[in-house]
Amino acid sequence: MITDRQVEQSIAFLLRAGVLLAASVVLFGGILYLAHRGSMHADYHVFRGEPTDLKKPSLTIRDAFSGSPEAIIELGLLLLILTPIARVVFSVIAFARERDFLYVILTLVVLAVLLYSLLAG
Amino acid sequence: MDITLFTAIVFFGSVLAGFLGALTGLGGGVVIVPLLTLVFGVDIRYAIGASLVSVIATSSGAAAAYVREGFSNIRIGMFLEIATTLGALLGAYLATRLHSGTLGIVFGVVLLVSAYFSARQQPHPDPTEQPDPLAHRLKLEGSYPALQGEKQYHARNVPLGFSVMFGAGTLSGLLGIGSGAMKVLAMDQAMKLPFKVSTTTSNFMIGVTAAASAGIYLSRGFLDPGLAMPVMLGVLSGSMLGAAVLVRARTRYLRIVFGLVIVALGIEMIFNSIKGRL
Repeated sequence: MITDRQVEQSIAFLLRAGVLLAASVVLFGGILYLAHRGSMHADYHVFRGEPTDLKKPSLTIRDAFSGSPEAIIELGLLLLILTPIARVVFSVIAFARERDFLYVILTLVVLAVLLYSLLAG
Repeated sequence: MDITLFTAIVFFGSVLAGFLGALTGLGGGVVIVPLLTLVFGVDIRYAIGASLVSVIATSSGAAAAYVREGFSNIRIGMFLEIATTLGALLGAYLATRLHSGTLGIVFGVVLLVSAYFSARQQPHPDPTEQPDPLAHRLKLEGSYPALQGEKQYHARNVPLGFSVMFGAGTLSGLLGIGSGAMKVLAMDQAMKLPFKVSTTTSNFMIGVTAAASAGIYLSRGFLDPGLAMPVMLGVLSGSMLGAAVLVRARTRYLRIVFGLVIVALGIEMIFNSIKGRL
């Protein structure tokens, strides 16, 4: 039987690991980005939106593995967004083990909102 | 300005924003968006996208520490996250529809209001108030470690707290900020929860709330890798530094100075938005 304390410690570990992994990927992509684009002109004055490849997670992952610096950074950002979502998934499992079905349902509602935003938003 | 120089300056600005945000408890987002828009002339949509990413990073990093201390209440947090994530969806959709100038004015007003609330002494909750039957059914209660042993508490005014949380989520999604102050307000003032429980649970909720709008920001092209990279890494290191010195620092004067800076930034944001320069 797992205790509340153990659940909390696992959540703490999950959050730390997620942020650390995401920050490392962003840093790695950032170094490549500066090496390739460092001398170009920085222009953020007019909003154009990102290219399609950086707006669709499946395309971002494909481009990241073919070495695009922007896509590697964006992959790190995706990992960062997934960290709190993983925490919510973990909470569903933890509440189910405690047989607290009211909270299993409430947590699934939160998870549904998060997945809607990421996949259909 | 070339990208290397721009990245370096934005990184150091973000370290400072994260550091001050952690020391004062207001978060880095309220400084980073005015910094990017007013000083670097970045479009506000790119700015709030980069800020939101840094909010997720700092909240998840800090929440890890709070969860272990045993103050944050996971059930209260999860229940209220239904309100904040739905609000965040609404806020993010609004952000994709509104003009830069309108977003700038709303941001400026929110800065002024948060400066007001951080300066005001909050009245202490009245312990004689009746518990909410809804709170009992939803198990919105708990205990926290105090000097005299474990102290019991339970939530009151659940519908009011839930509504304020929806508003906090909307602002978070609209402006790319954590809106931690408003989340604390909902728990501490509306639901009469102990202050320490409110602040740590709020921090715990910020990351999940921000993740709900991040998906929409991503698909609408708000998350620029070149800008989000120095902002995320900078705010994250700055806030870790801030949390490390927080124990020793005397934050009273710092809070006053920071409050004045926020008022100035708020007025500047509103002024520039009206003039059409944002």
